[in-house]
Amino acid sequence: MKHTISVLVENTAGVLSRITGLFSRRGFNIDSLAVGITDNPDISRVTIVADGNEHDVEQLAKQLNKLVDVIKVQSLDQEQLISRELWLVKISCTPDKLSELKNITEVTGAKIIDVTPETVTLEISDWGAKLMNFKALIEPFGILEMVRTGVVAIERGAGGIGRK
Amino acid sequence: MKAAEAVAKCLKKENITTVFGYPGAAVCAVYEAIEKEGIRHILVRHEQNAGHAANGYARVNNTPAVCIATSGPGATNLLTAIATAYMDSIPVVFITGQVSSDSIGRDVFQEADITGASEPFIKHSFLVKEAASIPKIFKEAFILAGTGRKGPVLIDIPEDIAEEEIDFKYPEKLSIRGYKPTTKGNKLQLKRCAEAIAESERPLICAGGGVLLSGATEELYALSEKISAPIVTTMMGIGSLPTEDERNLGMIGRFGKEEANIAVNKCDLILLIGARVGDRAVKSPTFIEKTTKIIHIDIDPAEIGKNLTADIPVVGDVKNILSALLDVVSERDVPLWTTKKEDNKEKTLAEKLVKRVSERLSDGGIFVSDVGNHLITAANNVSLKKGARFFTSGGMGTMGYALPASIGAYLASGKDTVAFIGDGAFQMSLQELATVKQHNIPVKIIIADNSSLGMVRDYQKAKNLKEFAVSLDGSPDYLKLADAYGIKSALVDEESDIDEMLDNFLSAKEPFIILCRTE
Ligand SMILES: Cc1ncc(C[n+]2csc(CCOP(=O)(O)OP(=O)(O)O)c2C)c(N)n1
Ligand SMILES: [Mg+2]
Repeated sequence: MKHTISVLVENTAGVLSRITGLFSRRGFNIDSLAVGITDNPDISRVTIVADGNEHDVEQLAKQLNKLVDVIKVQSLDQEQLISRELWLVKISCTPDKLSELKNITEVTGAKIIDVTPETVTLEISDWGAKLMNFKALIEPFGILEMVRTGVVAIERGAGGIGRK
Repeated sequence: MKAAEAVAKCLKKENITTVFGYPGAAVCAVYEAIEKEGIRHILVRHEQNAGHAANGYARVNNTPAVCIATSGPGATNLLTAIATAYMDSIPVVFITGQVSSDSIGRDVFQEADITGASEPFIKHSFLVKEAASIPKIFKEAFILAGTGRKGPVLIDIPEDIAEEEIDFKYPEKLSIRGYKPTTKGNKLQLKRCAEAIAESERPLICAGGGVLLSGATEELYALSEKISAPIVTTMMGIGSLPTEDERNLGMIGRFGKEEANIAVNKCDLILLIGARVGDRAVKSPTFIEKTTKIIHIDIDPAEIGKNLTADIPVVGDVKNILSALLDVVSERDVPLWTTKKEDNKEKTLAEKLVKRVSERLSDGGIFVSDVGNHLITAANNVSLKKGARFFTSGGMGTMGYALPASIGAYLASGKDTVAFIGDGAFQMSLQELATVKQHNIPVKIIIADNSSLGMVRDYQKAKNLKEFAVSLDGSPDYLKLADAYGIKSALVDEESDIDEMLDNFLSAKEPFIILCRTE
């Protein structure tokens, strides 16, 4: 089962290597990892999506908590979260196919951000199955290159790990 | 003052009077400051042994001990000692020199990323980037090493930073945002423990190293009496109570006492106290999970549920929790459901030697064993009176631990200290005989000589493998070696020799080596 874990960490050198080191050392498989600074410049926020049973994820959270640089750890179910991932995708697309592509961007919410005579670069921010649908739709054009940010997530409703 | 002087001042503030180490160019400024500050420095003959000596020192005092090495090879030589301290939760602050901050990352002479290299097996580490942060970093390092689940912490100080001028002010108190160990047990959980104990007919206490690390031996004994529960120990828990006490069933595990393992299987409630249920202690935790109710008390929440699932977990400091538990449990006024049996097995010479020497240890005396077959001999035959201690490298099983650790243990305690060492392990650490001699440290060394890496040899035999690469042919004449170092020695060949040497052995004011042939 997939779990999303949010971690607030001290924004110090070495903190990321401590976290990733912990994953490989304890044999945890992670699907994605995204890091960025928060509104407080001393604190960064890491979002981890990991695969595993309840016991594994509980251990992961406990081991993360043991790191001195880790301030707070929260593991939430999918339903309690709003998750997003950003993709940039470069595809083959000649001008005659542009209108077809525009139909796709309209229904998926993707954006065309760069166009050349042979290629188009698209941007999409969404989550899970919707991204997979998008991928299926653009695959026939020929995907030349793609890059994903990894998932970031925030708690639904008024509460949250980062709230003061 | 110079940042290096601040380092020495920080050590003074932490009441550090002795440090273990090995100098080099990158730590020269720190060494100069330590000398000026009047802190005693014990020059070992290999950095790893400085770490083990600090380990032994820390285990006696239960507070952080300090070890210093230079950059590059000096620092990497510490790695085994760091891992050894980590696995046994021993509070040691390691200080290393580093190349100048503007050279870091350029592979200059004697540069090694020691914070990176030690990362998997250290509680925390600091690479000092600003000289002014030194007092704060030292305060944090000592807090981290010595509180919560104790362990090693490293401070890496670039050479140029050690020379900078700073204002020295040592923080009296300090809180670390990401570090809030739970020390007090949850009241509700304690109540559940009391209920489980009241319902139990055959409660058993399993005491681990955490009992000793939190200084809870009195509370442990009181609890055992109040709820009438016999005690088994892990290897790290040996010495939690006197060996000959009727309620001490001995060490559990693959190499432990049969009656201790039987008790684990027969009890209906087990209180795991400061024990992490290592694979060598409990081979099949799932079996116990099925047959027994489990109370697990540990300072580290990550230990609970890691190797076995507890019915009632209690997170916190063992001493705190046991004294709180003593207040809420009701007395079970019944005799112990099982007690220590007389051990009538015929003993080997080495087993007799271990027993006879260890039972003479004064209160606070320490028996340190190295790792190999002789550790099994030691763990199952030491006979400790109240207050005597047993040290070994339990989690890591590091050969070469005993001699340097005994040096630290003696310097911290000033009490009888014995190192019991296999011939293989001795040859991994014998350079420290010079340290012993140089500082006239009266540790008593017993070499268990079987001309073999006995434990590996037996493992090969058990697996029907060919005996290979385990013969220690070519080893020196240990008595002559002792002579070469100017250390007195004797051969124990038969039981009557034990009687003869015992009177003078422990009381001698100088080091002494005994050679004992074993199988
Ligand atoms: C540093 C290190 N290297 C290798 C081992 C693996 N090992 C465990 S016991 C042992 C043999 C120890 O030989 P010795 O000290 O002579 O003790 P004996 O088993 O003969 O009593 C070895 C090689 C280890 N524990 N530590
Ligand atoms: Mg041997």
